[in-house]
Amino acid sequence: MRMPLSALIGLILTGGFVFCALFAQVIAPYPLEAITGGVWEGPSSTHLLGTDTIGRDILSRLIYGGQITIFVALASSIIAFGLGSFLGFLAAVRGGWIDQGLSRIVDLMMAIPSLIVALVVLSVLPLNLTVLILVIGILDATRVFRLARAVAMDIAVMDYVEAARLRGEGQSWIIFREILPNALSPLVAEFGLRFIFAVLFISTLSFLGLGIQPPLADWGGMVRENKDGLIYGKSAALMPALAIALLAISVNLVADWILSRTTSLKGGRGA
Amino acid sequence: MPDLLEIRNLRIEATAYPPGEPPKDVVLVDDVSVSVAKGKVLGLIGESGAGKSTIGLSAMAYGRGGVRLTGGEILLNGRDIRGLSAAKLRALRGREVTYVAQSAAAAFNPAKRLMEQVIETSLSHGLMGRAEAEARAIMLFGKLGLPSPETFGSRYPHQVSGGQLQRAMTAMALCPKPDLVIFDEPTTALDVTTQIDVLAAIKEAIHDTGVAALYITHDLAVVAQVADDILVLRHGKKVEYGPVRQIITDPHEAYTRALVSVRSIDHEEKAEAPAVLSVQNVTARYPGTTFDVLKNVSVDLPAGQTLAVVGESGSGKSTLARAITGLLPPAQGRITFAGRELSRDLKARSRDDLRELQMIYQMADVAMNPRQTVGTIIGRPLEFYFGMTGEAKRQRVQELLDQIEMGKGYIDRYPAELSGGQKQRVCIARALAAKPKLIICDEVTSALDPLVADGILKLLLNLQAQEHVAYLFITHDLATVKAIADKIAVMYRGQVVRYGSKTDVLTPPFDDYTDLLLSSVPEMRLGWLEEVLAHRKMESAGN
Repeated sequence: MRMPLSALIGLILTGGFVFCALFAQVIAPYPLEAITGGVWEGPSSTHLLGTDTIGRDILSRLIYGGQITIFVALASSIIAFGLGSFLGFLAAVRGGWIDQGLSRIVDLMMAIPSLIVALVVLSVLPLNLTVLILVIGILDATRVFRLARAVAMDIAVMDYVEAARLRGEGQSWIIFREILPNALSPLVAEFGLRFIFAVLFISTLSFLGLGIQPPLADWGGMVRENKDGLIYGKSAALMPALAIALLAISVNLVADWILSRTTSLKGGRGA
Repeated sequence: MPDLLEIRNLRIEATAYPPGEPPKDVVLVDDVSVSVAKGKVLGLIGESGAGKSTIGLSAMAYGRGGVRLTGGEILLNGRDIRGLSAAKLRALRGREVTYVAQSAAAAFNPAKRLMEQVIETSLSHGLMGRAEAEARAIMLFGKLGLPSPETFGSRYPHQVSGGQLQRAMTAMALCPKPDLVIFDEPTTALDVTTQIDVLAAIKEAIHDTGVAALYITHDLAVVAQVADDILVLRHGKKVEYGPVRQIITDPHEAYTRALVSVRSIDHEEKAEAPAVLSVQNVTARYPGTTFDVLKNVSVDLPAGQTLAVVGESGSGKSTLARAITGLLPPAQGRITFAGRELSRDLKARSRDDLRELQMIYQMADVAMNPRQTVGTIIGRPLEFYFGMTGEAKRQRVQELLDQIEMGKGYIDRYPAELSGGQKQRVCIARALAAKPKLIICDEVTSALDPLVADGILKLLLNLQAQEHVAYLFITHDLATVKAIADKIAVMYRGQVVRYGSKTDVLTPPFDDYTDLLLSSVPEMRLGWLEEVLAHRKMESAGN
């Protein structure tokens, strides 16, 4: 199957973002905190994207900010998937009161808007990266739990799982060797989408001042710092906003492609 | 005067999209020519993928999604219908040609009454008025032997049985007085005892209305009862085409001969032996229900022999297997296996209990993890029960593959890369790997084509001779039972109605249900259907 153009564009852009994030220290023209120009200068040859509210180089801060944003989003998505899919599989395989208990807890968590939960929790707990990652990861895990449980339910009734049970296999063999390999494709596709939601979530929290704290910079925080410039017609706040949008779209394009591939594996007519 | 339907040098193609490769065109039907005269029935027969349904549907110039009629002529009433405009085809379908599908339950709209659907085509083509159409439908209901024909049409599809629904669909096809009816496996999904009634009804209806028919099936014994001519197909090509008498009694081609002689395995019943499995007074129900699916079932299975459990769908055959394996703990009764009592619940059984009792499933497709190779699938029991690893395990897997007659080159393949018969063989090897004393075979051949199923049965018999393993063989197919059983248990509505050695069970006098079941199995000879029906009429007259 040939890779569609949209997926190729998405892959190149995503790759570019990841590259910038990995080598931020090498690529960035100026240090994160260095004040190198005037307030809200426009783009020039020394400052490609201009300067921010106190004269720092926006391009450099975007690159460093991308590093933080992508790291936190990735780490929390991994926690969400590890936790959510393991519990989801467990609920599907064990059924009974374990399933009931886990599912009702998840229902409860999903009934409250996650932004509100996050705001309350983060305003009580100390604000650092670990807490932030854990809070976002656990809140996102509820969504992954739902998907993993649904996918595993379909697989758990297959004859080959019954055959494994009749053989006397333990719970972990059934979850990791029989169910996980067959549930992987939809979960991988979902990972892309959840990653994007994590990026948006962190950006929202930072914009509201409860996310990543200075001296570290992230894209949501940069929008917050520069938002007043919009009134005077300065473009500084638009740059990080644009970066968020671009990352979201490019990862989505890749996730879409994986999703259509996995549905065609199931006998659908994905092109 | 040309025949009603003449198909000349038909060629049908489709485009396949193999994963990871460029799309390619495949030929589904190649150079097939047949003709059907008015009032005659042509049987199309072949294994799955032979192109029989594709040819059948081409008689109304229809190709399923992506299928293209690319060559030849399809002459219906003297004109070529291939390439007619959509409007002309619409006028033709349902008026000159009608269709009876395999699954009547899926073909009826559950929200509408039967009468509404049966007369729909006649009304929409403007062939007759509502009153006339309803009168004709009632006449057809009566002819097809449906209960109380006058009121039958006012029922909804879920209110009638599968066999009745299939007959209602036949009435739907015959209502607009077509010239040709296509029957696509109309009795395949039905139990044998129901199949015979539907078959008789269809045959009589075809005869009385003088309609021509294409009868598609994979069961030669069935088609021999209704067809005038038979076309044997394989891989989209004609194998043999001739009158039914010649095909059955004097087949020219080797493939046809194999089809005719299928299920003629001779199996000598073994002498009495001590039981390896003994089921005593087992009663079982599904959790949360109050209905006993198994009622006081007692059977014995001697070591190294085969106990066949027969019955129609819903008789409790598979539930018995689930009770023995511990998946459905019985409410009452004892199960003794290899001299010790089995605990009711699966979780409480020892590893040796589990090892010595293996299971093979009906659908080999879903009985194997699609993400594991053949080597992993067969190797896992070796690793799990005997702690084999590395080269020793691989060697043993290859030995098992040799034993199931598959040989080298399969060990690293995935299930998707195997044929249906090979998949079932791998499942047999997986069961065998555990060195079991008993293998439960749940309808293991019913999803396979007759010739492939024959191969599997022969393999199972060979393995039994080599390994001295006992089989609990669950099936609805009595021909299979005759081929492999030493003991037979006939089940009906959760009870064992007849149990004993093969000869005892198959020798009269019969109880009513066993008689009905035995006489309903189609036999590969002409005139069988009439004999059975005449016999039944005599009996009911005698009562």
